Amino acid sequence: MTATDLIAEVDARGLSCPMPIVRTAKAIRDLPSGMLVEVLATDPGSQRDFVAWCRSTGHTLVEQTTDGPVHRFVIRRK
Amino acid sequence: MDEPLNLVLFSGTDDRLQAAAVLTAGAAALGRPVNVFLQYWALDAFRRDHIDRDHGLAPEAGTEGREHVDHLRQAGQVGWQEVLRQAKELGPVDIQACSLSMDLLGIEEPDLDPLVDGVEGVTAFYLNAGAGQVVFI
Repeated sequence: MTATDLIAEVDARGLSCPMPIVRTAKAIRDLPSGMLVEVLATDPGSQRDFVAWCRSTGHTLVEQTTDGPVHRFVIRRK
Repeated sequence: MDEPLNLVLFSGTDDRLQAAAVLTAGAAALGRPVNVFLQYWALDAFRRDHIDRDHGLAPEAGTEGREHVDHLRQAGQVGWQEVLRQAKELGPVDIQACSLSMDLLGIEEPDLDPLVDGVEGVTAFYLNAGAGQVVFI
C-alpha cells in the first residue's frame, strides 16, 4: 500500500461555516504529502468553499459528490 | 493574497463577533495573516471574566433573529470564542487590544482573555496592516 492509498477522515457533518474548512486544514497539516483526506460536510457553503480552498492552498480536490444533505470531498494533500 | 486581513472589532454583540470570527478563521485556513484590533465594546467582550457570557445581539436582530441564533446554537454551532481559538492554531492571527479603549473601560492587561496577544495603539495597527484591507465590524 502506498501513501496515496491511505485515507484520513474528517467528519464535519452538522458543523456550520467555517468549521468544515478549519477541521480539514488542521487535519491535513499533519499528514504526509500525497495522502488523501475524505471530508463529509452538511454546510451548503462547503461545496464552493472546498473548491476555493484547494485552489488557494494547492491541495487537489480529487472527488466531489453529494448524497442528500451530505457533501463528500476527497482531497489529495499537496 | 499574502497581504494581511485587518479587522477592527468595535461591536461586542455575539452575532457580530461570530461574523468576525468566521472571517478570521476563513483567512487563517487560507494561510493569510489576520490582525484583529479590539476597540470599545468588542474589547469589553474579551475580558477574562466576561468572554463566555451572553453578549446579546445587534439591535437589527429583533425577536425573530434571536430565535434563529438560538436555533443554530442548539444545533451545535461553535461559538466565536472557540472559532477564534482554532483560527489561532491554524495560522498567524494576532489579536491586539486598543490602548485607548483599555483606558476608557478601565481594563488592565491581566483582565483580558488569553486570546488577546497584547495592547497597541492605532499607529502600530496601521503599520502591521500594510496594504491589506481594513474591515470595521
